[in-house]
Amino acid sequence: MSDVIEEKGGFAAVQPMIQLENVSVDYRLPSERIGTFKEYAIRKLQRKIRINKFSALKGVDLQINRGEVFGLIGNNGAGKSTMLKVISKVLKPTTGRVVIYGKIAPLLELGAGFHPELSGRENVFLNGSLLGYSRAEMEAVFDDIVEFSELSQFIDSPVRAYSSGMFARLGFAVATAHVPEILILDEILSVGDEAFQRKCNNRMKSFQQAGTTVLMVSHALDTLEGMCDRLAWIDHGKILKIDEPRKVIAAYRGENW
Amino acid sequence: MTLLATHSKPVYDSASYRVSAISELRELGKYRYLIGQLIRRDILTRYKRSVLGVAWTMLNPLGTMLILTFVFSNFFKSAVPHYPVYILSGLLVWNFFAQGTNASISGLVWGGSLLKRIYIPSSVFGVSAIGTALVNLIISLIPLVVVMLVDGAPFYLSMLFLPISILLLTAFTLGFGLFISSVAVFFPDVAEMYQVLLTAWLYLTPVIYPESLISAKWLPFYKINPMYWMVKMFRLPIFEGRIPSWQEFLPALAWAAGMLVVGWLYFTSKTEEYAYRV
Repeated sequence: MSDVIEEKGGFAAVQPMIQLENVSVDYRLPSERIGTFKEYAIRKLQRKIRINKFSALKGVDLQINRGEVFGLIGNNGAGKSTMLKVISKVLKPTTGRVVIYGKIAPLLELGAGFHPELSGRENVFLNGSLLGYSRAEMEAVFDDIVEFSELSQFIDSPVRAYSSGMFARLGFAVATAHVPEILILDEILSVGDEAFQRKCNNRMKSFQQAGTTVLMVSHALDTLEGMCDRLAWIDHGKILKIDEPRKVIAAYRGENW
Repeated sequence: MTLLATHSKPVYDSASYRVSAISELRELGKYRYLIGQLIRRDILTRYKRSVLGVAWTMLNPLGTMLILTFVFSNFFKSAVPHYPVYILSGLLVWNFFAQGTNASISGLVWGGSLLKRIYIPSSVFGVSAIGTALVNLIISLIPLVVVMLVDGAPFYLSMLFLPISILLLTAFTLGFGLFISSVAVFFPDVAEMYQVLLTAWLYLTPVIYPESLISAKWLPFYKINPMYWMVKMFRLPIFEGRIPSWQEFLPALAWAAGMLVVGWLYFTSKTEEYAYRV
């Protein structure tokens, strides 16, 4: 990927896009779940509220460079999702610092935010606005979205009548309608049938050529090995290894099998 | 495909990032298209599969008004001429407040599932909830005019004051909605308790009964209630045919501005915690 940058800028082959410096995230969990105000008030009076600290990330340092396709692997609960949240501005780290040098386009769980009663067309604009785009930005890519999702016949039907495949296609088309500077993918590459998957992969490749930085989380190790420049293996909130995909996957498999 | 531009300065730096009352306001401006889309969604979907559609916005208060008129007209008729107009002008205010604040709570809870995954300024949900209620309020002014015509109630020039009344009510409801919704994020049962509170609050506000029924001894206590002043801002110009005096206007203004500022400050002070909690 680095040659793309050299062609463009001529200098500084490696530019940081995402930097994490000693990042920790602590969730404060009450030792018992207190779900109601009544309980809270009673416990507060009895001074019986105990808070347990759960560290989802522990002092993580990481630099992802411009144009890189970077993957995260690790067991469930290792801290992968928390890492994505910290990077996409959803969570502010408890300590440490996150610096991002580009606009982030998170790929929302496909179809999250869709309303079943609204038509495909209406949902395209609603979903686009949730992702932070303006009306003009959405109008500019609308035809492309319809074409890419292959839904021109059904675009004015309510999406409750869509199959799950149609739903996912429309969601993917909206989320990737603009060339993002940073694209975040959370376990959602298996969209639709094989032909559509090929289209998705082509779109991802064209993003890479345009210089998009991609950060992806997946349990599909073979997919990651094929797509990523580097992988990081996270376990219990710490990065155990960052290297080229083949080596990291070998180490991860060695540990888990 | 064009190559992307490079940023030499960070787009986001967690070390200097803090959600403040001012920064949230700026973000709200950036996301104004989303606010419009959410209002549109709520209005469209509420009626999409119903036969009468938007007409429900008008029939709903009209139906309540008919029932209340039927039940209470014997009690209050002598005290209040044009009782249907009296009750409808109060109900519009109350429905706006109840609907707007409830929608703020449910909007933030719904939005919470998104707030955990992508960045959205969380105040868009409360603001769009009030926006939806405002559209409904304006639509429901139509049945008010119809009832006034049918009942033969006079139309006063003072009704031109209503945009100011609506502005005050909107500010107050937005502030209160932001406040109650951010409390409800942390304690889900607040949403339930709020329904009980709303019922009590309705009966403590002269919406259904005439103000003249309140004894002089208790009147000072009624005047603590902000909704007492909000209802007055509508009743005076519609019903009594005069614009509010300064003594009537200033308490309403103070409540509206105060609640908006307090609600906004409280809401934004909790914003960074929502993703940890909702």
